[in-house]
Amino acid sequence: MQVVIEQIINGLTIGSFYALIALGYSMVYGILKLINFAHGDFFTLGSYVGYTVLVFASAALTAYFGIWGMIAIAMLVAAISVALVGLIVERMAYRPIYASGRLPAVVSALGASIVIQNSIMIIWGPRYQAYPAALIPNIPLQILGFNISLLQLLILVMSFILMLSLYYVIQKTTFGAAIRATALDRDTAALMGINFNKVILFIFILGPALGAITGVMVGMYYRQISFTMGWNYGLKAFTATILGGIGNLPGAMLGGLILGTLEMLGGAYISSAWKDVFVFLILILVLIFRPTGILGEKIAEKV
Amino acid sequence: MNDEIKNRLNTLGGRRFWLSLVLIGFAVYPFLMSDYFIDVAFFFGIYALLGLSLNVVLGEVGLFDLGHAGFYAIGAYTTAILNTTLGIPVLMLLPLSAFTAGFFAYLVCSPIIHLKGDYFLLVTIGMGEIVRLALLNNPFGITGGPNGVFGIDYPSLGFMDIDTSLKFYFFIWIVVGLCILGLMSLQHSRVGRAWNCIREDEIAAEANGIDVRSFKLLAFVIGAALAGVAGNIYASKLMIVSPESFSFMESCMMFSIVLIGGMGSVPGVLIGAAAISLFPEIFRPMAQYRMLFFGAAMILMMIFRPGGIWPRKRGAIQKGQALKGIKKPLLPGELPGA
Repeated sequence: MQVVIEQIINGLTIGSFYALIALGYSMVYGILKLINFAHGDFFTLGSYVGYTVLVFASAALTAYFGIWGMIAIAMLVAAISVALVGLIVERMAYRPIYASGRLPAVVSALGASIVIQNSIMIIWGPRYQAYPAALIPNIPLQILGFNISLLQLLILVMSFILMLSLYYVIQKTTFGAAIRATALDRDTAALMGINFNKVILFIFILGPALGAITGVMVGMYYRQISFTMGWNYGLKAFTATILGGIGNLPGAMLGGLILGTLEMLGGAYISSAWKDVFVFLILILVLIFRPTGILGEKIAEKV
Repeated sequence: MNDEIKNRLNTLGGRRFWLSLVLIGFAVYPFLMSDYFIDVAFFFGIYALLGLSLNVVLGEVGLFDLGHAGFYAIGAYTTAILNTTLGIPVLMLLPLSAFTAGFFAYLVCSPIIHLKGDYFLLVTIGMGEIVRLALLNNPFGITGGPNGVFGIDYPSLGFMDIDTSLKFYFFIWIVVGLCILGLMSLQHSRVGRAWNCIREDEIAAEANGIDVRSFKLLAFVIGAALAGVAGNIYASKLMIVSPESFSFMESCMMFSIVLIGGMGSVPGVLIGAAAISLFPEIFRPMAQYRMLFFGAAMILMMIFRPGGIWPRKRGAIQKGQALKGIKKPLLPGELPGA
């Protein structure tokens, strides 16, 4: 039982990565009905920007801000720069083709993904990059008798805070209400005076920024990053989005956590080589039996 | 002069003229080029075949399929495994690869065919990834894991082996040519019209008595079988198959071929395949920047020509009927071709 629960904790850690990335997918899909294939690469880009800050500015930053300040600055720099890239991608690759339907947008998103991925390869090189070792001292903690590392605990707490604050923004603020209204019915929302462009701007700042912070956390957790990792995380996160109900933010969070846990348990108790297959099998089964996801509402098909 | 050219282009004779020009070009090309560029044209042919196969599903019926590389992989691995273990000649495995891929498509798509739009897209992504991961995990020790299967024979016609770049070039393009003929006639048949009808409005199609489910499945089986054929030829050309050739990226490339060319348009798909396979070659001197330009070109393409380079004309069916001399207008409520 001890081991099972520790595996679940590991799963929740990975699951919170998926959940944070999934939020970006879900917001964009909710508003634009666009599968933003470039989102996984925003995550990778964030990871690389964080890596650069941590490696090249570490001495100066640590001297002034201490180790925690340095990590916070790395995350902040990653979030801001990737949010800028997100805005540029939206402006260049998506905005000109909103009017031409859904399929051209899929190809354009794939194109954007290829561009970002290859830019990363050109800037940082095609090889794996390693995050500095032991940024956060690897202290094993005992909580209620279960082993959990300090890093894991921090990741879980931080993801929880990020998700909670996003949930607050979306559910409780006026601007969040505008986003929800736009997701429900874009034209009516526009008639009520909601600025559609501002909503898009907002989701393309927030989604990539969350992805970038996740990228830095993944870098610190696994310590090894590669320019192609966005595909894999992107696909998993998207699966999580579907699992929870596409366009539904609490669903995306729940989906990510469930997916990470199932992947970890499947890997530990059934077969580690086949764990990714479970993920996609879950995706297919969910889509067959409950296409709206766990928390999704039934949407009547338009005739 | 200009008008004359336009007229010639528009008449049937003009079309024949251009078509024969293209055919002559294809026949002469390999004798003017080095082996390297013959191979480039061979892979253009493979992508053309894959594009045509996905076009049946995506272009004709409008089903978003982003896992087509799975069927391609099934075809290639069927050939590779049966050839290396049982020694069955590659050419005999061509129909078998097509059948296996088609049958797999039937099995896998039966439970998911009712899904629509993006949901369908996601299931096909999942399906393609499961195929790739399964090959990677070496089930029963037959797929060779990440190394793949190697030592596949060349196809043998009995009197000669297809073993040079030149012969492979003609082999793939003859297969592509046959597929084009078949698909073109399918487009104008009852089946093709039913497919297009489903693409335009599924509910109207169902109301008109078209068995939507069966026709969608049929499109999938045909598309997958053609991808299986492409897999067979690919396996025999490279003599090795490995899971990395059938990644999600490959499915994306096929998807882009159809959309860049123009959905449902055979010449469009050929142009799309040319764009995808030749672009990286043309930009090869720029080495690592070429994929960057490639992605940017995909975006620009969709901004400036969202319908593709050579979109299928609306009303092409009616025009085709007029050419064949069918002038009787359809009565209201009468099914075309019923």
